[in-house]
Amino acid sequence: MTTLTAEHLVKNYHLRRGLRGGTLRAVDDVSFTLEPGRTVALVGQSGSGKSTIAKLLLQLERPTAGRILIDGEPVQRRGGGLSRYRRTVQMVFQDPFASLNPYHTVEHHLERPIRLHQPKLSRDEVHRRVLHLLERVRLTPTENVAARRPHQLSGGQRQRVAIARALAPGPGVLIADEPVSMLDVSIRLGVLNLLATLQREEDLGVLYITHDLATARHFADEILVMYRGRIVERGDADEVILRPRHEYTKTLAAAAPNPERRLSELRGG
Amino acid sequence: MSGPRPAPPVRPVVSAPVLTIENFSVDYLVDPVVHAVRNVSLTLRRGEVLGLAGESGCGKSTLAYGIVRLLKPPAAIVSGRAVFHSREGIELDWNLLDAEELRATRWDKISMVFQGAMNSLNPVISIRDQLEDVFTTHRPEMGRRERRQRCADLLERVGVDPARLRAYPHELSGGMRQRVMIAMAMALEPQIMIMDEPTTALDVVVQREILREITRLRDELGFAVIFITHDLPLLLEISDRIAVMRAGEVVEFGDALSLYTDPQHDYTEQLLASFPSLTGERGSFVRGGMDERLLALDAVRLDDPNAGSTA
Repeated sequence: MTTLTAEHLVKNYHLRRGLRGGTLRAVDDVSFTLEPGRTVALVGQSGSGKSTIAKLLLQLERPTAGRILIDGEPVQRRGGGLSRYRRTVQMVFQDPFASLNPYHTVEHHLERPIRLHQPKLSRDEVHRRVLHLLERVRLTPTENVAARRPHQLSGGQRQRVAIARALAPGPGVLIADEPVSMLDVSIRLGVLNLLATLQREEDLGVLYITHDLATARHFADEILVMYRGRIVERGDADEVILRPRHEYTKTLAAAAPNPERRLSELRGG
Repeated sequence: MSGPRPAPPVRPVVSAPVLTIENFSVDYLVDPVVHAVRNVSLTLRRGEVLGLAGESGCGKSTLAYGIVRLLKPPAAIVSGRAVFHSREGIELDWNLLDAEELRATRWDKISMVFQGAMNSLNPVISIRDQLEDVFTTHRPEMGRRERRQRCADLLERVGVDPARLRAYPHELSGGMRQRVMIAMAMALEPQIMIMDEPTTALDVVVQREILREITRLRDELGFAVIFITHDLPLLLEISDRIAVMRAGEVVEFGDALSLYTDPQHDYTEQLLASFPSLTGERGSFVRGGMDERLLALDAVRLDDPNAGSTA
């Protein structure tokens, strides 16, 4: 059970244009809370700062201002505290083709986090846990899958391996950055459905980063709309999508493919 | 849903075909032989947008490359033909053209926007030189001043500031590069444009702008478009007719409305069900408990452990 809170996060990047410098404010005063069992979706177009937030939460970048709290405590930036933090906050990346090492088997990918975070486990115990993880992401028969290398799996299966890997240390918060946008359309819902199920089982707090409003609405409880580093609208998922208030949310909603709109025109015309 | 989207203009109902594809089959001559496209027959009418939907590996790109004879070995067209009907009433069988004729006809009659097109610009040549190259190759008689003017006009048409002619590809954003590619494909005013996932790498807002641009230009210039993507809702929105491909075959072919309201093939239904509606009923399919059927579509296959999908 972990609650992650971001308070007034700001991130500046320094730009260099020849001799002149400049500052780009990628994230500007962003606050939100990830609670156990709840999904928050972060939507916005490319360059709006969504992924910078993921980097800040994962401590791959340091915020220029603001703080990140875990269960009310400011996060540790080094040593044992950082290791604990990394165990608690895990990530699923967008591209399952790049995030798995083609050289190693599935077993190796899952074994590493288990060994790192629980160094005292015996070899048999680790193997059992690997199989259990595969079982949980529905990659059966598990022994067969564990011995495979990434190229012997489809994109959706690879992404499920990535999800299993993120679950391996037993995290409390999962950050999923466009977890299904690289997958074939017919398996996207399956993977999201699986994520939602695992979330319920583990009582995870999930940050779902996407530009797809439709899945954000169906998958998340709360939606934050980001534009140029700022959160311009936030609220209950249905509320934000069906009754957008901010101009930018309206633009975003109008840009999403919506066959109903066209087809009603065809019917009428 | 209110949006700044203009209503699509009323189109002529049925017009003459501009491209006829008959019994088209493409094999990849590897061991074992892969039948990538099997007996596909389609007609493309003048001025229409034909959507080609399907998932990765279904043969949609192979078909598109096959039409313009851009396939390289081990791919081989094993049967069928693609016949182009020009505005003047001349029929052109692409299979019968020799290399020089093919070179002259491609881009002039049928142009393509390739998948990941924004990365197919040459990074060390300016936008202007790359655009002018089209004219120097296909319209050698054109004077320098006219050529420059045409290049500027083209960029303007796709909504890029003509001042950017001097830029190099890395100085432009992804959306702008994609527009440059579309401008390049329109340079010779071809009668057919084949677009292979032209907007997949772009975010929704830019995608919407480019789609609007394509539709507008289509209405203005009257070319026909073959639009290839896996994004069925997008196709339903922009195309007149849609062909759904699976494992090399066209499993369903019909106009957008009937395909959406009354899909005949199970696979079409499955594809349609893969897209949750933005504004409709909030379905239970994502959060309403584990639905093992969804993942059954992506089960691990034991018979061929080496079947590494490109998905």
